[in-house]
Amino acid sequence: MSAITRDEVAHLARLSRLALTDDELDHYATQLDAIIESVAKVAEVAAEDVPPSSHALPLTNVFRADEVRQSLTPEQALSGAPAVEDDRFRVPRILGEEA
Amino acid sequence: MTDTGTTTKMAYDEALSRFEPVLGLETHVELGTASKMFCGCPAAFGAPPNTHVCPTCLALPGALPVANAQAIESTIRIGLALNCSIAEWCRFARKNYFYPDMPKNYQISQYDEPLCFDGYIDIEVDGKSVRIEIERVHLEEDTGKSTHMGGATGRIHGADYSIVDYNRAGIPLVEIVTKPIPGTDRLAPEVAKAYVTELREIMRSLGVSDVRMEEGSLRCDVNVSLMPRGSSEWGTRTETKNVNSLRSVERAVRSEIERQAAILAGGGRIVQETRHFHEDTGTTTSGRSKEEAQDYRYFPEPDLVPIAPDPAWVAELKAALPELPSVKRKRLQAEWGLSDLDMAAMHNADAIDLVEATVAAGAPPADARKWWMGELARRANESGVALAELPITPAQIARVTELVASGSLNDKLAREVLEGVLAGEGSPDEVVERRGLKIVNDEGELSAIVDQVLADNADAADKVRSGKIAAAGALVGGVMKASRGKADAARARAMILEKLGVSE
Repeated sequence: MSAITRDEVAHLARLSRLALTDDELDHYATQLDAIIESVAKVAEVAAEDVPPSSHALPLTNVFRADEVRQSLTPEQALSGAPAVEDDRFRVPRILGEEA
Repeated sequence: MTDTGTTTKMAYDEALSRFEPVLGLETHVELGTASKMFCGCPAAFGAPPNTHVCPTCLALPGALPVANAQAIESTIRIGLALNCSIAEWCRFARKNYFYPDMPKNYQISQYDEPLCFDGYIDIEVDGKSVRIEIERVHLEEDTGKSTHMGGATGRIHGADYSIVDYNRAGIPLVEIVTKPIPGTDRLAPEVAKAYVTELREIMRSLGVSDVRMEEGSLRCDVNVSLMPRGSSEWGTRTETKNVNSLRSVERAVRSEIERQAAILAGGGRIVQETRHFHEDTGTTTSGRSKEEAQDYRYFPEPDLVPIAPDPAWVAELKAALPELPSVKRKRLQAEWGLSDLDMAAMHNADAIDLVEATVAAGAPPADARKWWMGELARRANESGVALAELPITPAQIARVTELVASGSLNDKLAREVLEGVLAGEGSPDEVVERRGLKIVNDEGELSAIVDQVLADNADAADKVRSGKIAAAGALVGGVMKASRGKADAARARAMILEKLGVSE
């Protein structure tokens, strides 16, 4: 049995706003399946007393003091924006695809 | 779309006779830190668009977040004030979604490891104590503010495009989630309102947020579901957003109960969805259908290391918590010698802090309460503002009570002084001076007025002389009128009786 179904890949693609063709769905489903199976091998060697790790560094409590630093100017902030209006980032219609 | 905005409702009483509501409240509190959660941009409200942004909160490549120590501390203090356990170890999580209010395409939040969990607060509703259990208190970052352009309504539906200001993106945001609250019955709307009110006061006493609902630093999502009476299986819930005032919390709950009851009674089913509250109509309309938690593909935030609060530090924070509002109310009630009813009325009117400050400025508690709950409450009500928004300070009220106590003003003149202060004519003393409101203290002046009134009302004067002391009231009234309210009624009465040779 495969670790991920074609339907699940289609669902993930929708959540990621990726338009995949039927061929691509088949292609990625096979690839993702192989990836998940490879990663799952870790579980075979990790005993129950080994907690899943999420960070490579054995650190906790790395904080910064609550101090204000210089922000960018609006011109700098918006310099890379594809579209600007009224000193704001202009973005395409948000609910268009679902309307 | 699941509905068109035209909504059938069942009358509240009938809805309650057939169904039992279950509530859940998610409250977001923007922390009043100087800087944002993960970068050094200012967290202040109201700046021109995109002036409080930097590579980190704009998610420019290579920029990394570092957590704000003050925000962590404030969140733990909130958890402690809500009787929560504090996690010994927890992580931030990425909540992935596509929406332009976060430039990263994810929000840094917490998922299955909240910083604080399993707490409660007790609130008073209708004279009864209700325990609201807290599921979790977690820390996340606020999102940017979108303005939807084109289309008729300014809403996201039908908009042609949107424009986004990221000043708010990254401001530390604490989410406080209750466990489901069954058993509130017909008091559900009041319970919801009382809970949010109490939370707001707790946040204020902790000094962690300015908790202004109108500015969005306190926001509430209201979950409501209904189950048929006699059933123990909870129904499908809806989540109503955009509830921006305490009154709206109450109205949103009521409106959802009435709407859901009509659907269920008609054989329909409730769709699990986000709904939007509309202040103008007091109703909710459908928003997007809610994504399942798994659709957010949460995973531990790799850019931030875990948080492991030192238990000794947590104990210190707990010991240093300020007196909480419910405890303080009990103490003040005892100190001021007020009934439960009077105290509840002051609480509802948001007057307790004002009365306390007035007492602290030297006024007797009874006088402080009388002015705030009487004349000032009436004027606030007339102008449609909260008591605290009136342009008058507790110290000014204290000064007015002092002027009354020293005999310089009577109540009627004091009301005129308050009117002058509210109209921006200056301090109480300045208003007294400018409007010439000092009581007639001059014995000679008062004596002349009394003589004139006695001469003008010979009939009444004769009656008093012959022992009908009750008739003196009309003469005192005449003196007050002749002095345009500036006489001291008690002294005028004494002088009238003396001049007519009678004693009480």
